[in-house]
Amino acid sequence: MFPVLEAQFIAPGIKRFVLQAPRIARKQQPGQFVILRLHEHGERIPLTIERSDPHEGTISIVVQSVGKTTHLLNSLEAGDAILDVVGPLGKPSAIEKFGTVVVMGGGVGAAMAFPTAVALKRAGNRVISIIGARTREMVILEKELREVSDRLMVTTDDGSYGDKGLVIDKLRQVIVEGTRIHLVLAVGPIPMMKAVAEITRGPCIPTMVSLNPIMIDGTGMCGGCRVLVEGKSRFACVDGPEFDAHSVNFDVLMQRNAMYRAAEQESMAEFQREAESQTEIVRRAQGELCAVEGSRR
Amino acid sequence: MNETVPQSANPLPLRERMKLPRQQMPEQPAADRVLNFHEVNLGYSAELAQQEARRCLECQKPACMNNCPVGVKVREFVQLIMAGDFSGAAAIIREDNVLPAVTGRVCPQEDHCEAGCVLHKKGVSLGIGYLERFVADYEQRMAIRHVPNTAPTGMKVAIVGSGPSGLSAAGDLVQKGHKVHVFEALHELGGVLVYGIPEFRLPKQIIREQIAYMQGMGVEFETDVVVGRTVTINELFDEEAYDAVFVGTGAGSPLFMEIPGEHLNGVYSANEFLTRINLMHAYEFPRYDQPIVDLRGKDVAVIGGGNTALDTIRSAVRLGARKAYVLYRRSEAEMPARIEEVNHARQEGVDFRLLTSPVEFLPDSKGWLGGVRCVRMELGEADASGRRRPIPIPDSEFDLPLSVAVIAVGTSANPVIQSTTPGLATNKRGYIEADPASQRTSRKGVFAGGDIVTGSATVILAMAAGRRAAKSIHEYLTTGQW
Repeated sequence: MFPVLEAQFIAPGIKRFVLQAPRIARKQQPGQFVILRLHEHGERIPLTIERSDPHEGTISIVVQSVGKTTHLLNSLEAGDAILDVVGPLGKPSAIEKFGTVVVMGGGVGAAMAFPTAVALKRAGNRVISIIGARTREMVILEKELREVSDRLMVTTDDGSYGDKGLVIDKLRQVIVEGTRIHLVLAVGPIPMMKAVAEITRGPCIPTMVSLNPIMIDGTGMCGGCRVLVEGKSRFACVDGPEFDAHSVNFDVLMQRNAMYRAAEQESMAEFQREAESQTEIVRRAQGELCAVEGSRR
Repeated sequence: MNETVPQSANPLPLRERMKLPRQQMPEQPAADRVLNFHEVNLGYSAELAQQEARRCLECQKPACMNNCPVGVKVREFVQLIMAGDFSGAAAIIREDNVLPAVTGRVCPQEDHCEAGCVLHKKGVSLGIGYLERFVADYEQRMAIRHVPNTAPTGMKVAIVGSGPSGLSAAGDLVQKGHKVHVFEALHELGGVLVYGIPEFRLPKQIIREQIAYMQGMGVEFETDVVVGRTVTINELFDEEAYDAVFVGTGAGSPLFMEIPGEHLNGVYSANEFLTRINLMHAYEFPRYDQPIVDLRGKDVAVIGGGNTALDTIRSAVRLGARKAYVLYRRSEAEMPARIEEVNHARQEGVDFRLLTSPVEFLPDSKGWLGGVRCVRMELGEADASGRRRPIPIPDSEFDLPLSVAVIAVGTSANPVIQSTTPGLATNKRGYIEADPASQRTSRKGVFAGGDIVTGSATVILAMAAGRRAAKSIHEYLTTGQW
């Protein structure tokens, strides 16, 4: 059991959690993720660790409500607990002094890119951050990223905040301005990462993307998260999650991520019919488990 | 060896015993069991067990026991069954085997104890596996606990992985008085026993009870810890004060075939397919959240001829597959799967396409799997494994329409521990180097056994490695000598 210490919406449908997970907090490095399972009937889902505090023994994650599990997770509050959290998984981001790096976060991807941006800044890089969202209220982590960035650019699809447009427009702008870029890190929806790869391919700018395939165990055991990189199967959970953007087959990734769409919709529809009772089921089960664990001690 | 043979409880002369037929294992009829995930074999009753036990010739030099990788004293426990002392029989088995209800179900006895049985040479061997299972189930049903009372040594041993090798090592070490802590990467204990072997062959409740037994013996378990990531082996020694570490993480990574189309939706590794079903209960979707592709009315094939392949295709049958194929590149004689499983699969309508090897997965119009292109094979000379090598027949390609294909052609070493443990030697295939007798690795205090050393093998061979490791860990801890 992993207690939820803090839980706060930072944008509509996007919640930030602080979890007590001392073992993970001690080992976490930027770019790594956890897999969690909410309750005995729950699925396992991967989520990037936004930051960790080894002294407090806490990690934080940022969760966008998309399907049943993320909706259910986002109904939890401080004082609740998560049944299983395992990590830190995946290879950490490569952190060194590259020179000028562009860190791009599309939507909730800003939270995934954040820890790497911090580490890249600490390593002495000039950090240009570009984040984008659908609309003003969906922009997240702007203040935090501004603190670690030499330059921060914000876009919204509807122009309600920052510049109207997409994060890739800003990347083009930086390139056109003649900035010599040594590395781009892009985290976000697959079409965005694919577009970034296309833009940087011509000028040969080294580009990393953090991939988000469907995953189960996260330890290299099942091969469900395999992605095509340079035409070969690689496991995102142990060989990634970051890969060279110019070698990734994004179309295959997009297609594989749609594999369970029908089942996901069925789960979601059922969840929406009885959302409150589902949260209660999780809480009650956790109460019983706590009681069992308490009696064992 | 034990030379004191107790007075036989069996009044029958040997000649008469040899005339007795082997008692059949009661099982769910095929027509029923393809509609559920309940166990196929139902187990002997006490009467059947005693009748079967009466067939034992009570050999002076029991080859059955010598053939057992963990050295279960078969003759003794069978004699106790004959005498009606089932609890005593359980205690005898437990001296050598901490997971009798598991091995009684999934151990390939026909390759070990039953292959050595004199009755086998004369006809049909004693049903040793069935008898072991009976005793283990009796023990669980009656909640019998044989917990040895050993003085604590104050030594701490970390076991990495709660699969067969780790559980076996843990069981032996805790009985020597060491403090034993088992780390498991997944959320449920049992390793391959829970994620790999389906409910219809090994019910999860059986594993839970066997593990509860070990908790009763004092073994501690911690889930959600990936050693190598969450904590390293160095940290287990330096920061958590363990005196020895046993690595039993299993083979781990599924092999793919590296043929075109493997990334198509509908192509699975057996590990993923079985993990979704066994560990994540996808067959109970939407009551459980993790889905699997809807197999109802679909044509499904598994590629491979081992027990994993048969577990896969028999699961697919239960999930409503219309056609269920096993595609295997050699002939039936070379299939590594247990005969019992092959027979069960046939009864359940599985179509074995032997001497057949896929060369390409073909897409349908929507980018999902639509079929598989295969080539027919013939057998040539024996290869290094002693099995005849399959050779493709020129111009023999044909297409088989399919919606789902599952690849069960083996595994490779998972690198997480090796890559995070300095000084731990591996062989060229990435498996951990360990001495076959002592299970010692190149790192002082670190022992390894099971599939992470040998590559994929069986539950019982992993358990035997765990036992050998426990013995040499105990020696190391008591003498301090490496």
